[in-house]
Amino acid sequence: MSAGVDLDNVCADFGTFRAVDHVAVNIRPGEFFSFLGPSGCGKTTILRMISGFIPPSRGVIRIGGRDMKGQRPNQRPTALIFQNLALFPLMPVWENIAFGLEVRGVDRHKRRARAEELLQLVDLPDAADKAIAQLSGGQKQRVAIARALAVEPQVMLLDEPLSALDLKLRQHMRAELRAIQKRTGVTFIYITHDQGEALAMSDRVGVMSQGKLQQVADPREIYNNPANGFVASFVGENNIFTGDIQGAEGDLARFATASGTFTARLGPAVTQGMKARLFLRPEHVRLAPAAASANSIPVEVTDVAFEGNFISIHARDAGGQVLLAEARNDGATAVPAPGERLHFTFDGQNAVILTGDTAARDADE
Amino acid sequence: MKDLVNRYGLLLTTVFAVLTGFWVLVLVVLPNIYLFEHSFRPYLPVAELRGPKDVYSLDNYLTFFRSPIHISVFVWTVVYSALVTVICFLIAYPLAYYLSKVSARALLPTIFLLLFIPLWVSEVLRSFAWFIILALKGPLNASLLGLGIIEDPVRWISGFRGVIIGLVYTYVLFMLFPLYNAIQSLDTNQIEAAEDLGAPWWRTHWRVILPHAKPGIASGSVMVFMLSAGSILVPTLLASTNSRWFTEIIQQWMFESQDWNTGSAYAFLLLILCTVFVSVVMRVFRVKLSDIAK
Repeated sequence: MSAGVDLDNVCADFGTFRAVDHVAVNIRPGEFFSFLGPSGCGKTTILRMISGFIPPSRGVIRIGGRDMKGQRPNQRPTALIFQNLALFPLMPVWENIAFGLEVRGVDRHKRRARAEELLQLVDLPDAADKAIAQLSGGQKQRVAIARALAVEPQVMLLDEPLSALDLKLRQHMRAELRAIQKRTGVTFIYITHDQGEALAMSDRVGVMSQGKLQQVADPREIYNNPANGFVASFVGENNIFTGDIQGAEGDLARFATASGTFTARLGPAVTQGMKARLFLRPEHVRLAPAAASANSIPVEVTDVAFEGNFISIHARDAGGQVLLAEARNDGATAVPAPGERLHFTFDGQNAVILTGDTAARDADE
Repeated sequence: MKDLVNRYGLLLTTVFAVLTGFWVLVLVVLPNIYLFEHSFRPYLPVAELRGPKDVYSLDNYLTFFRSPIHISVFVWTVVYSALVTVICFLIAYPLAYYLSKVSARALLPTIFLLLFIPLWVSEVLRSFAWFIILALKGPLNASLLGLGIIEDPVRWISGFRGVIIGLVYTYVLFMLFPLYNAIQSLDTNQIEAAEDLGAPWWRTHWRVILPHAKPGIASGSVMVFMLSAGSILVPTLLASTNSRWFTEIIQQWMFESQDWNTGSAYAFLLLILCTVFVSVVMRVFRVKLSDIAK
């Protein structure tokens, strides 16, 4: 059983501060939906409103089509996994998992059996009688998931549950969470500031900034066709040029910057005369020994960083702007040395002109 | 010690050490050793001290076990001290929960100040105040009569009632603060998690908050119980004709019979028997000593 969640122009005000500003989105039953944004963007507030801990100051929240107004957290068909998991340290693992069943008056034998079943599901058999303190970070994670699944929620809410784990475990748990979601068919609403997590796991992602939903789309669309400057700069790396739109031809436009005039795609609802920026992903930059006929920037390589599967190349153009390119570590691409002079070129279809503020770079930490 | 010398210099450190040593040794340890030694010696006229009759024995302790009246006074003292402890818990727990998890942070200093102010008044005065409040023609009966809640004035100070009211009032804060500290250290997310999993408020308290607060409940209970059982002032001032407290018997031995030897033996019996009682209760509730020390 799973239910959809409809947010209908939901706002949350704390005093005069509007933490969530007219958020409207329909999350489908059985969907893995992520809210992605920097800290303080209002995503946790949305989660707490869906679970019932804070009432929205405006708008309607519906779960499975039912208005949730006035429903306490213990009356809603949702289960929340807290950022710090909030396991009960004084109960053994199985009592933690069976707590929701205990509350519902299920007898002890059935509770125990159900807890064991769920421990199988989260791949943690034989842990039933362990103390919470005996578990590793990843195991605690699984117990928290099992505890939430035990109450058979229609909607599972996850508040950055992977943020405390180390990188390897985090990547493993991503796949695990995704698999559990597919197996159970429960609607997952996931909160994260980690774009990698959101893109890798979600069916759809809602990117948030300053309480507003900036774009809702599937991960590819978010990455390849960002709706505005914030989405483009928050998700993935970019070379960003400020300048003016000079004239459009079809979906391409000429864009004059301090580094030269380039041709690039016009973003949604961007027209001549608007304050705009050009965004170019580092992986779309080609390194060329000679200038190309268009979209070519002469640069001097300042730094080459070996990242393993790719090589990151920092360079500076004549105007002093630092540019970034990525070359695949496939042995076929020539790796430049610092100090080398070459040209960054790119295809106009791979660069996009967008309006709106960009994300502060320290915000994704 | 080296840290202290580095921080305060040799002179001040010596002063601290000497003062602390004086306090512990001269004001605490020596008097107790003196009484402990006396408790094993018979009560003799001055002429016979150090004489042939002045030998160590357990007679003074056995006096207690040979006296059914003293044993019954002791049992009632333990029973009513336990009752006072339970009442203090019932009053302090909701207040501690409210202060640590519900009330606004900004209000806390004011509330704590209001709780503390009565402590600045001497215990004697506070007990006398209760004596007046609880008197047959006192303000409590007058208000209850005025409000129509009772038809005839209640004799509040009868049996152990006055003593219990006085002891609860005097020691309730010793329960409140350990409880407040214990509940405050509980991660609020755990309370929310329990509610999110469907728990009604009472089950959240029973399964999550109370177990977490157990060390605080234990240390608060030990303090209130020991202080109540050892209290002399309140049981004397708020006593009725038939409320005898064990400390009053010790006082009678020492100041009315002038028999300090038996008095000392009774004092140590109170300490030992109460310690045994507390250890047994801690066993029953599976509380470890290290929990309380936290």
